[in-house]
Amino acid sequence: MNVPKNLMYTKTHEWIEFKEDNVALIGITDFAQSELGDIVFVNLPNEGEEFAAGDIVADIESVKAASDMFIPVTGTISAVNGALADQPELINQKPYDTWIIEVSGIEDKVELMTPEEYDKFARAEAK
Amino acid sequence: MDKKTALFDRHVSLGGRMVPFAGFMLPVQYPSGILAEHHAVRSRAGIFDVSHMGEFIISGKDAPANLQVLLTRDIGGKPAGKVLYSPLCNGEGGVVDDILIYVRPENVYLLVVNAANREKDRQWITSHLSGDVCFSDESDTTSQIALQGPESESILSQCCGTLPQKYYSFLENADIAGRRALVSRTGYTGEDGFELYIKNEDAPVIWDALLLAGEGKGLTPCGLGARDTLRMEAALPLYGHEMDEAVLPCEAALGRFVNTEKEHFIGREAILAKQDCARRLIGLKPAGGIAREGAGVFCNGEEAGVVTSGTHSPTLGYPVCMARVMRQYADEAVFSIEARGRMLEAKKTDLPFYKRLK
Repeated sequence: MNVPKNLMYTKTHEWIEFKEDNVALIGITDFAQSELGDIVFVNLPNEGEEFAAGDIVADIESVKAASDMFIPVTGTISAVNGALADQPELINQKPYDTWIIEVSGIEDKVELMTPEEYDKFARAEAK
Repeated sequence: MDKKTALFDRHVSLGGRMVPFAGFMLPVQYPSGILAEHHAVRSRAGIFDVSHMGEFIISGKDAPANLQVLLTRDIGGKPAGKVLYSPLCNGEGGVVDDILIYVRPENVYLLVVNAANREKDRQWITSHLSGDVCFSDESDTTSQIALQGPESESILSQCCGTLPQKYYSFLENADIAGRRALVSRTGYTGEDGFELYIKNEDAPVIWDALLLAGEGKGLTPCGLGARDTLRMEAALPLYGHEMDEAVLPCEAALGRFVNTEKEHFIGREAILAKQDCARRLIGLKPAGGIAREGAGVFCNGEEAGVVTSGTHSPTLGYPVCMARVMRQYADEAVFSIEARGRMLEAKKTDLPFYKRLK
């Protein structure tokens, strides 16, 4: 299971990379993309939309199922990854290079896990 | 406890992701993924374990007459070696199951039923049999392997001398890798292909022989996920989705499999009385998302029906779905579908979504 050391993680299998104090990139983990299978559609939020930590922020659809993506922080969407409109499979191919949303003005966050904690958590879920 | 098919160990060693389905553990996909498996069947060939399907044998002097009562299809005069698809209806005309009938010599018929309906069908059928007729349920000792896709014929001909030439025909007692098989030219993918009915103990040997013959021909093991996307593109109905006991055949686009000119069959009177069926099955192309089973379908702000099956079409590259709508909306061009809290615009499109070039 691939769990990069430079990111933080959620129990709902998102990763978050803090760029500055209140700006972050968010995507889904290798475990999450592998569980979903071939991703064929991502319903992204609009730039400028505000969300509270724990809200549903996007729909990620694989051939078999639809899955909610939760936002782990309170803030405003400052960018979405436009490449996903034509190439949602990038999430399968490179889950950690493929950020889904950028959030700015971060005020609050859900409890995050370290890479070590997430690795243990995801392995337990995989059983 | 879900049952294992005779090929369970083969799936595990190929890395299949095993899930419970209709009482069996079956692979939903292998590591290659549903899209790759789907494309393999459209362009080359795929191999599926479909041993969950149920197999009944009905035989005896009065077997044909009994089947004429049970089936909406007219099997009169159908020669041995022919396969027929037919709904099985209840007294109200609702679909009890949709099945395949294999006409064998000397009043013997093989019926292939949906796994989830096996117990129900057995009760339904045996409770309606009369006269000189025998029934046996062979499901527990029978395995089924499907080989589907344009390369199927060349792959199977390497292991099997003679093949059935016509679509919806079959040969009994074919020899594959020294084992006996009933070889049927049928399938559930919209491609040319074969379905092999074999004894459980022969299934691993035949599976291995086919995989070996398919090396270099792109033969790919495929799971339930690709089986579903393939059948959906071809608009092949799935019991419990496009139809059930409250749906008439004509409401599931199966009207052509109902021979009302036949003097008597269960459901005939009800079907004749409701000939201009209240609902129709249509194809839709939702924009901006996937509409899945159960999603509400609307037309000009009015509730029009429900999505029966929906997915992303790997061949077409966009979402498609089938929907059962009230008849007055069936010829409308634009609908909206409520999917995951959003309204998606959906244009009507002809069924099937995909048709192979002959």
